[in-house]
Amino acid sequence: MQSSQNKLSSLWQTLFGHPVSAFGTVSLLLLIALAIAPAKNHFSEWRHYQKQYLALIRGRGEAVTLQHHFHDGIQQIWLPQLGVVDRCTTCHLGLREASLADVSAQPFRQHPVIPHTLDQFGCVMCHRGQGPATTVEEAHSSTLAWEQPILPARYVQSSCGQCHRAPLTGTPQLNLGRTLLTRYGCVHCHTIKLPDGSAIQPTDDPPSLEHIADKTTREWIYAWLKDPQAYAVTATMPNFKLSDPDARDISAFLISDSTPLAGDTAPAPKNEKAPDPTAGASLYGESFCASCHAVQNAAGNVVGGDIGPELTRVGTKVKPEWLRAWLRNPRIYDSGTAMPHYRFSDPQVSLLTSFLSNKTDSDLLASVHLDAATTEQIAHGKLLVTEYGCASCHEINGIKKPDNFAPELTRIGSKPLTQIIFLPGMTHALPDYIAAKIRQPRSFGAALKMPQFSLAPGQVDALTTALLALTDRAHDLPSALTVPAKLPSNYEPAGKAGKLMDDMACFTCHAINGRGGDLAPDLSWEGSSVQRQWLLAFLKNPGTLRPALIRRMPRFNITDDDAKELTDYIMTVYQTPAFDRDSMPASGYPPVQVEQGRQLFYSKYACQSCHIVDTKVDKGYIGPTLTQVGSRLTAPWIYHWLKDPQAMRPGSIEPKRNMNDEDARALTAFLMAQKGSAKQGAKK
Amino acid sequence: MNRYWQTVLLASLALASAGCTRKSGAAAPQPTAFGAALVESSGGKQMGATGTVLAQPAVVQVNDDQGNAVTGALVDFSGPEGVSFDPPAGLTDSSGQLSTNVTLGSMAGRYQLTARTSTNAKKLVELKIEEIALGYQQQLGFQLDNKYCARCHDPESTPERVSNYDNLEVKPHRFTEGDTLNKMSDADLTAIISHGGPALNKSALMPSYGYTLSKTEIEALIAYIRLISDPPYHASGTVYAEK
Repeated sequence: MQSSQNKLSSLWQTLFGHPVSAFGTVSLLLLIALAIAPAKNHFSEWRHYQKQYLALIRGRGEAVTLQHHFHDGIQQIWLPQLGVVDRCTTCHLGLREASLADVSAQPFRQHPVIPHTLDQFGCVMCHRGQGPATTVEEAHSSTLAWEQPILPARYVQSSCGQCHRAPLTGTPQLNLGRTLLTRYGCVHCHTIKLPDGSAIQPTDDPPSLEHIADKTTREWIYAWLKDPQAYAVTATMPNFKLSDPDARDISAFLISDSTPLAGDTAPAPKNEKAPDPTAGASLYGESFCASCHAVQNAAGNVVGGDIGPELTRVGTKVKPEWLRAWLRNPRIYDSGTAMPHYRFSDPQVSLLTSFLSNKTDSDLLASVHLDAATTEQIAHGKLLVTEYGCASCHEINGIKKPDNFAPELTRIGSKPLTQIIFLPGMTHALPDYIAAKIRQPRSFGAALKMPQFSLAPGQVDALTTALLALTDRAHDLPSALTVPAKLPSNYEPAGKAGKLMDDMACFTCHAINGRGGDLAPDLSWEGSSVQRQWLLAFLKNPGTLRPALIRRMPRFNITDDDAKELTDYIMTVYQTPAFDRDSMPASGYPPVQVEQGRQLFYSKYACQSCHIVDTKVDKGYIGPTLTQVGSRLTAPWIYHWLKDPQAMRPGSIEPKRNMNDEDARALTAFLMAQKGSAKQGAKK
Repeated sequence: MNRYWQTVLLASLALASAGCTRKSGAAAPQPTAFGAALVESSGGKQMGATGTVLAQPAVVQVNDDQGNAVTGALVDFSGPEGVSFDPPAGLTDSSGQLSTNVTLGSMAGRYQLTARTSTNAKKLVELKIEEIALGYQQQLGFQLDNKYCARCHDPESTPERVSNYDNLEVKPHRFTEGDTLNKMSDADLTAIISHGGPALNKSALMPSYGYTLSKTEIEALIAYIRLISDPPYHASGTVYAEK
């Protein structure tokens, strides 16, 4: 018994030494083990930043307030319905402190003013990154467990686009990117479905190639295919980097594939002496062609609108006989064109044809020499046209529009990095990949079909921003949190007037009931706004309403019957429910009230800063000239407009003045007394 | 034991110094010529959203002491935190110019960029270029200025937008007129925008926008006016990007 006990204690002693020192060692080990966690906590990165922050605010004037706002330990914003757990505010301590506006050092900067608060949406909704992380590395960079690093500031507007589907005033880059997506034809090849299930529709209108041989030559097609921007710097058609034989074969196929179309060419009238090419310039100006078409001037600046194609070298492109027929009535060649049917007289058509045909560039086709096409070339051309997906954008005889020609981009903003092949030397991040792909698609492989677009650096960033908005989150958000885009309207005016409006392409410039352009005023309530006699005369011969505008309503040379038909339709159909057009008289206001209105016009409201009533004294020309407004507008329209311009026409820049009823009535009386002289009425 | 620790120490030092060496992926080209002066050709005083590429590149020109353009001189660009240049350095072209795309930092404010070239005598010549970065608020203000204010407050006319400035009897202030506008408090500016010129005994030709613009929009407009003012507006709350 004794010996076994001895044996045991000697074994203990050989193993652990003296019992007392052994106890000490074990206790020490235990203490150290227990201290690891608090020590890790004590020396953690975020504690270091909190100490730095305290040192930063200590010396400042508002130290007490700042100290009061400061809370020790890990901070967290938790928004269960968004799946947001953001601990960013643990280190980013000055985000809400307006008094730290002069601090530029991170992580203590004040957050710039934005329309949302931190408590509404947290941080990662906009900035991405890993919200719950508590180390700098894990929160900001992509790690094995978390692919989404912080979004670079240049793309931050993409996050707005996750919820906001309509354009916002504060996000010009996102708006531009979205416009480019539809305008540069991206969505012809790539399907992009919105969370509501609809697909983004293109807004460009690539021409049909079914009758291309009537319009242009094979040489021009060849030159265009080789380098579209050499013909027109503003061309949105991308460069497919075709080899000479490929361009030769495609041009051969397109010409041989083209079918003639009755009426799309018109020979010059016999015995006509071709007019002087420069003589058409004034008709070009009077018809406001430049509202839609641009021309590059000698200094290299592109001047004019971008609704229609650039016309700098149009004479090198189109055949004169086609141009003549197009100017006479563009709807024969393209029934859906945005170009109005101007109803030009034959001499006018000749003038313009001669003027435009003279806009040539002999260098463009100088080096293009094509022999007659062989059947093999044509067959090869057809193969290429199918392979490159030309029919995704253009109608081509015998080739169907391919479905899903290119990868769908519906959720490109959340594309897993593991699915991406990066180029050597590239940052492994989604924004860099998307931008590189847009900038130089073929750098990812010479055999890729995606063509080279000519985009400025800012445009590439804008497109990247728009694409980065297409995230999983954007699709999975609770619908109560999304701000939907305005639904596109397919409004069609009815009857004969509807056909006329279509023929004159009113919707290219004017919007009615949600459909149409924004170049000219919205006409949804035009029937409540103007007087019948004025409208009839204006349609026949549009006069100047806003002297400072360079884009004005052109003259469409319509017949009296057509003008009457249109006037009747507009006066009957386009009325506001807000008031009755005949609820106030057009004249007969007491002179005292008219005089009171004059006083208000010139003194209290100082309307002459923007409007002209008396051409001798008034100079303002931001708003329309009002010298004959009493013969143009209805009295109730003026009255309601004065009370609230934006209610009558959303987006109007005329400020709302919170006018009382008496002032509005007096001003209406004064303005209705401005009938204009007979001479002014006839003035163009 | 001692040897072991020495090796570890040396190894870690070597590693650390390797980590510290600047990554000089694209080595700066060697200058073939030297100039005496650096001038701004274009691309200064631009405005852009924070973090974005400016619409126009910054172009500088190197001249010799006779004022002739110098080809092949080395110019490098630097700026405050967050600003990047593409390319950050390069040789001047046949017209003595070098152009670089500027990406602004993530803070709203004025950015002073520096272009540098060295003379034959190894003396550095510097050129300061200023650009303005608009944050969300200033950008909103910029848009509002374009829509509502610029027609009268900006005397510059373009064919697209003819200025109304000349037609007004009392001339409006340009928003860059710091000498006047910096003396006015935010409350004064808010009053004029909301209630029109007469609110501060100024011209009635300035109408009231208080029922057209929201409070947020007026704040955004003022933030924008403060940022573009020349000379710069100094008040607590204005942010200047620092180097």
